[in-house]
Amino acid sequence: MHNKSRITRRDALKMAGVGAAAAAFPFARPAISQGAPLRVGLLLPYSGTFAALGDGITNAMDLYVKQQGGKLAGRTIEWVKVDDESAPPKATELTSKLVQGEKVDVLIGTVHSGVAMAMAKIAREAGIPTLIPNAGANVLTRAQCAKNIFRTSFGNSQPGVATGIAMIKAGIKTAVTYSWGYAAGEESVAGFKESFVAGGGKIIKELTLPFPNVEFQAGLAEIASLKPQAVYSFYAGGGALKYMQDYAAAGLKSSIQLWGPGFLTDGVEKAAGAAGEGVKTALHYVESLDNAENKKFRADYNAAFKRFPDVYAVQGWDTTQLLDVGLKAVGGDIKKQDDLYKAMRAAKFNSPRGPFRLSAAQNPIHNFYLRELKGGENVYLGVAAADVSDPTTGCNLA
Amino acid sequence: MDLVLIQLLNGVQYGLLIFLAASGLTLVFGIMGVINLSHGSFYMLGAYGALTLTQFTGDIFLSLALGVPLAFVFGFIIEWLFIRHLYDRDHLQQVLLTFALILIFNEAQKILWGSYPHSVPVPGYLQGGIKISQFLSYPYYRVAVAAFCVALALAMMFVIQKTRIGRIIRAGESNREMVEALGIDSRLLFRFVFASGAALAATAGIVAAPLESVYPGIGEPVLIISFVVVVIGGIGSIKGAFVGAILIGVADALGKVYFPAFSSSVVYALMAAVLIARPGGLFGRAA
Repeated sequence: MHNKSRITRRDALKMAGVGAAAAAFPFARPAISQGAPLRVGLLLPYSGTFAALGDGITNAMDLYVKQQGGKLAGRTIEWVKVDDESAPPKATELTSKLVQGEKVDVLIGTVHSGVAMAMAKIAREAGIPTLIPNAGANVLTRAQCAKNIFRTSFGNSQPGVATGIAMIKAGIKTAVTYSWGYAAGEESVAGFKESFVAGGGKIIKELTLPFPNVEFQAGLAEIASLKPQAVYSFYAGGGALKYMQDYAAAGLKSSIQLWGPGFLTDGVEKAAGAAGEGVKTALHYVESLDNAENKKFRADYNAAFKRFPDVYAVQGWDTTQLLDVGLKAVGGDIKKQDDLYKAMRAAKFNSPRGPFRLSAAQNPIHNFYLRELKGGENVYLGVAAADVSDPTTGCNLA
Repeated sequence: MDLVLIQLLNGVQYGLLIFLAASGLTLVFGIMGVINLSHGSFYMLGAYGALTLTQFTGDIFLSLALGVPLAFVFGFIIEWLFIRHLYDRDHLQQVLLTFALILIFNEAQKILWGSYPHSVPVPGYLQGGIKISQFLSYPYYRVAVAAFCVALALAMMFVIQKTRIGRIIRAGESNREMVEALGIDSRLLFRFVFASGAALAATAGIVAAPLESVYPGIGEPVLIISFVVVVIGGIGSIKGAFVGAILIGVADALGKVYFPAFSSSVVYALMAAVLIARPGGLFGRAA
């Protein structure tokens, strides 16, 4: 608690500092783009059920830039933060505010798929370099892909496909799905269905709950009456925590295995306590991954923020890594868009999650790991599926 | 046990919890005529207060005993600082000020507790549950919360109907000037009512904390559903809030079984139906 408030105070100071500087030198910005600060717009949730995700992404990006001396390819990075509240109706206005109002050079956002859809529409029209650090809506790197839009997280169906493969391997034959009924939940379930049914599994029923409703009791009672071998669930953040607790309190844990994409446990490992014990998930990251980047990243992040990074922080970190690759290729000149995009498309680097590269539709191709929550930690059980890429269906870049 | 019966049980229990939050809102709205949008924030502060207090006391019920008086005092101060200036102003200004309070409380929450979700432990003696089917058990803590809500509802109805302070509150609701003419300080009355409303919302937040887990923005859905309850039950009526909350809880739980695709609109359909049949609400005065 104490540590978190320290970060917030520092953030507040920093923002006050930026504000004061802007007020003191309104005309001091050099006309030449080269030495001027690069304004990076952050459209992320800083309040509501996804606030912790927005904070994790922001912290990691900030850490990366600080480690490069506050600059990427010689350009000082200036964050322009906007809280998108994970509210799709506000997304268009807030994105316009960043792109047209604040005239940011780069746009980074966001967590909620619905918000990201509205954001991407404006980004495509404005042709502004855009990086998506979490939102998984499939179409963003399928039919609605664009040369200026890059994703460093995942397509919603990817974790679902990987989880389905892992469940088949674990010998599960029947499952019920119970997820939030919005784009991310539906696409996640669709991905799961694809690999689970292909592997010979049977889905007894698909239950949904409107986002961000967290009154799970009704669905849990139905699951108990359907008696599947396992449940596949897509929830995240505060909702995921409550779900695991309700699932355990309803007594389902001892008879029906709980599976899901890793968002179910990430960020709430400790808070879940006994209720989370034994929940199995597949994700493109696991805390104990044995690679040099991950070890250094975890140590540095913990030193800076007094907490270990989660998958959202990793995605934020890779967002800045990818941007850095692009900026270095054009010597910091963001106006050379063709070269910038070419370098970013071809980028291959080592992420804390393992090897990272992009598909033709500019969505990550990466490994998915099987994890089990034990003693407040996601324990690594092995690779669930290697080199998982998302179909580029309908993308004109592919 | 039959699925429908289990859902009815879930619905009643959910409704009882909503009642706790809505009862405070209906009092403040009905008696003081103030639209208090920050009501959900008191719920949120109750939940986060439960998180912190339980770290010290180790038991949610001790936290409740400590937290409710704190919330009452907090409500008292908020009324004195802000709300008392609003009585003679129109609803729009009340909405503006109480909305500003939401933003301030949310920011304070972020500074004090951060944005990661937390869980509040269920006390050891209420771990586990009653087995109601082969796979399903009903947690003891939920049963305890339901019993607590019923007891509190009965106590509130007793206070409002049978005691002197209850008579003053009811008199203040129907004719404020006459109450003042009879020598009762309505400013003090209002302060008491507002503080009680805040304490009720915080009570709901505290007992819900182990059920809900605690995360930013936890109070906003509660505010919306509380307004729906107040509209259905009739403004200012505790009995109405009780019936309205149970109706909503049951409609929501059954809606999730029979109309899963429309489950989020079932409660609003219910509200619309009540408004058409009885514009003043089930137990309200005719509008």
